[in-house]
Amino acid sequence: MNRPIVHLFGLFTLLFALLVGFTSRWSVFEAESLEDETANRRPLLEEQRIPRGLIHARNGTVVASNQQLGSRQTRRFVRRYPTGSLFSHAIGYSFIDRGRAGIERSRNDILSGSANELTSLIDELSSAEEGDSLRTTLDPKVQRAALEGLGGRRGSVVAVEPDSGRIRAMVSLPDFDPNAVRERFNQLNADEGSPLFNRATQARYPPGSTFKVVTAAAALDSGRHGPQTTVSGKNNKPISAVPLQNFGGQDFGQVTLTEALTKSINTAWAEVGADLGDSTMLRYMRRFGFGAEPPIDYPSSQLAASGIFEENELLDEDDPIDIGRVAIGQERLQVTPLQMAMVAATVANDGVLMQPVFGERAISPEGRVTERIRPERVRRVIDRSAARDLTGMMSRVVEEGSGTAAQLRGVRVAGKTGTAERGAGVNQAWFIAFAPVERPRIALAVTVERAQGTGGEVAAPIARRVLEVVLDAQGRGSSGPAASGGF
Amino acid sequence: MASARLRELFGLLPVGLLVTAGFTAVVLSRTEEVNDLSLTYGGFFLGLCVFAHFFIRIRLPQADPYLFPLAALLAAFGLVMIYRIDEELARLQAQWFVAGLVFFCATVLLLQDHRALERYRYTIAAASILLLFLPRVPGIGDQVNGAFLAIRLGPVQFQPAELAKIGIIVFLASYLGETRDVLVRGRVPRLSLKHFGPLLVVWGTAMLLLVFIRDLGSSLMFFGGFLALLYVATSRLSLVAAGAAMFAAGAVFFANTVGHVQDRISIWLDPLRPQVVEDEGYQIAQSMFAQADGGLFGTGFGRALLELPGGGRILPAADTDLIYALIANELGLFGAAAVVMIYLLFTARGFKVALLARDGFSKLLAAGLTAVFAMQVFVIVGGVTRVIPLTGVTLPFVSYGGSSIVANLVLLALLLIVSHDARRDPAESRGGLA
Repeated sequence: MNRPIVHLFGLFTLLFALLVGFTSRWSVFEAESLEDETANRRPLLEEQRIPRGLIHARNGTVVASNQQLGSRQTRRFVRRYPTGSLFSHAIGYSFIDRGRAGIERSRNDILSGSANELTSLIDELSSAEEGDSLRTTLDPKVQRAALEGLGGRRGSVVAVEPDSGRIRAMVSLPDFDPNAVRERFNQLNADEGSPLFNRATQARYPPGSTFKVVTAAAALDSGRHGPQTTVSGKNNKPISAVPLQNFGGQDFGQVTLTEALTKSINTAWAEVGADLGDSTMLRYMRRFGFGAEPPIDYPSSQLAASGIFEENELLDEDDPIDIGRVAIGQERLQVTPLQMAMVAATVANDGVLMQPVFGERAISPEGRVTERIRPERVRRVIDRSAARDLTGMMSRVVEEGSGTAAQLRGVRVAGKTGTAERGAGVNQAWFIAFAPVERPRIALAVTVERAQGTGGEVAAPIARRVLEVVLDAQGRGSSGPAASGGF
Repeated sequence: MASARLRELFGLLPVGLLVTAGFTAVVLSRTEEVNDLSLTYGGFFLGLCVFAHFFIRIRLPQADPYLFPLAALLAAFGLVMIYRIDEELARLQAQWFVAGLVFFCATVLLLQDHRALERYRYTIAAASILLLFLPRVPGIGDQVNGAFLAIRLGPVQFQPAELAKIGIIVFLASYLGETRDVLVRGRVPRLSLKHFGPLLVVWGTAMLLLVFIRDLGSSLMFFGGFLALLYVATSRLSLVAAGAAMFAAGAVFFANTVGHVQDRISIWLDPLRPQVVEDEGYQIAQSMFAQADGGLFGTGFGRALLELPGGGRILPAADTDLIYALIANELGLFGAAAVVMIYLLFTARGFKVALLARDGFSKLLAAGLTAVFAMQVFVIVGGVTRVIPLTGVTLPFVSYGGSSIVANLVLLALLLIVSHDARRDPAESRGGLA
């Protein structure tokens, strides 16, 4: 009977080897794919066990911190946002049960401490793990000024440094308190004002006359026009065989391109756009960033492209487009506030578009800088002289045209108003601007939904308020309502 | 042969190391002060081991010196893991260990000669089969995950299969020891129902287990043990093959007819399907996720993710069926392989006892007990690692559970009795019940 016993032991040795084989299959060979399984909540729960890196504003203010819950085995960290709704859309939120949004999502690698692959082996041995902190470019003072400027009206403000792309403020109203996202998510989601929706990056509005800056850039840079080239500002000029009206039905004669921008003459700019043609106009639009999601460190799911849309489909040269009306911001053109801020910043930066960016640097828990996020150039959009010419034209808009409400004492401001009619007496009010003209430090886009007045009346004063804070300058005249109306 | 007992005492050293290191690691991982009370569990457990050693020294001086330290090592593993899961549970487990040792000593004291068991083999067989079907009795039966594996008497839950496995092995060893001559020499067509009858009863019992207990795991364990014994008794692979084919045929038949078995198999084949991963496939999926989390070296004692923030545990049945997954999670592939290695060493010593035994019944008893023990390890670890469908069997000596600890210590006692009997000087042999 001894031989079969030895055989039996051999069999069990094989079976046990099979057990070890399968254990190594799950614990080593297929471990990675198992950790990627959607049903595997361990990575999420694990992340909760280590404190997430803090998020700081530009001046060091903590805008996202952690609250420790439980103890021992159940110790976990939950996000807290000390500044409440101030940076709601830009910073976003991060909760296990609600997912992530905003910078919390796009910069998760830094904040969760998983960015540095090299240290992961050491981390596995030591249990004291912690995410890196993130210093952002967001400026509480500027953000507050933008919020106060909007004064609760639905709309958005985006302020960016032209030469670095650093975003100083991003406001979208209505906003939300990220601390309340956990308990009130469904309520916020169902809210009629869509507070979770970031209007700055996701809302597509008709840009109105602010788009004439893009048309002017194309006209100047292509060499077809100069600031003093004359164009006809006649009312009811046929554009694509349909007569086009100027604002208020005003009739202008022959005007220079500069005058046409200062007075925001529709028929003149429509003719310029029609002359340039579909392909030239679309080419310049693409150079400014239209037709694609902006290259910003923000979640793709919270970004929208700007461009000409037919039922959410982007149109291009092959589609029938009334390019004359596109040139004045009409037709099916839809833009995000972020895109318009990028347009203003490009002109301000001598024609070079910089990547818009929130992140400035990552700092390890020991205080070591682990990553510096450097300004990145996207491309030269128009050449320097065209940008200078356009700056001159835009400063006239603020000096004597539709944008006088944005004037500052001692600082020259360049800008362009926009007013897109959305119904009887209800407009999408716009203002894009940058300042100081000589050496721009800030560029911005302001928009207000369902405004009772024009862009010059409603949006330009908000822009002035933000510029005042950034440049530490004072508005010309009182801070009362703008004296001269604009378009 | 004092050296054998000395080796046994030295064999307890790793147990002491493991208990000390394990408890310390778990306590440290809790970032609280080291609690005197918690460390006393470890000391208490070590004290019990030393007591058992002296008991063996007195009553079974010639017994195999490695079996007990190996079992103690496994129990230490289990105790540390259970302590890590739940302090209160560890206290209960230590209590069960005391109860198990009482049964261990009682077995050794009452059963001076294991051959006495042969006299009661039919009683033992009937009692075992009765035990197996108890969980189906309304009122005391307890259904867990669709299988009937436990009975509940007041607050005490009991898995009768644990004890029944010993009884059935005793019966089979005795029966096959007697009829093996016929089975070995006889030509298959001339074997009468008289010889085959009981074998058919065993097959039928395994099939009934599948249907009534609805548990593939315990059926596989029993039938595997039976086939192993049949092979040892007859050396005839044809008989084993016929038996395996019959079991496979029955299993396939029931797999296609009994919904519960069918489900288990489809979950086994693909547990990560979205339709089942949060439901019937949750256990095995979490088991795999826990092993994936462990990697080569594991997270360390007490450091794996187990408690969910909202209460409850991410790894279900972590203290019983899935304890191997938790070991793989915290000690990694190396730790898990070490545990399997200890089981293999235990199995090796068990078969060694069988090799040294002097008569047929003793050989078959030792080989059968070892085989059913190893089968149980294979069924549960194989289930947890998805080699076979996951079923509710405990990991011997490691899982939490009174019936498991008690039954496996009785099994150990029987092996040691056979071993002592085989190694001692024949001149001083004396038999019979005490």
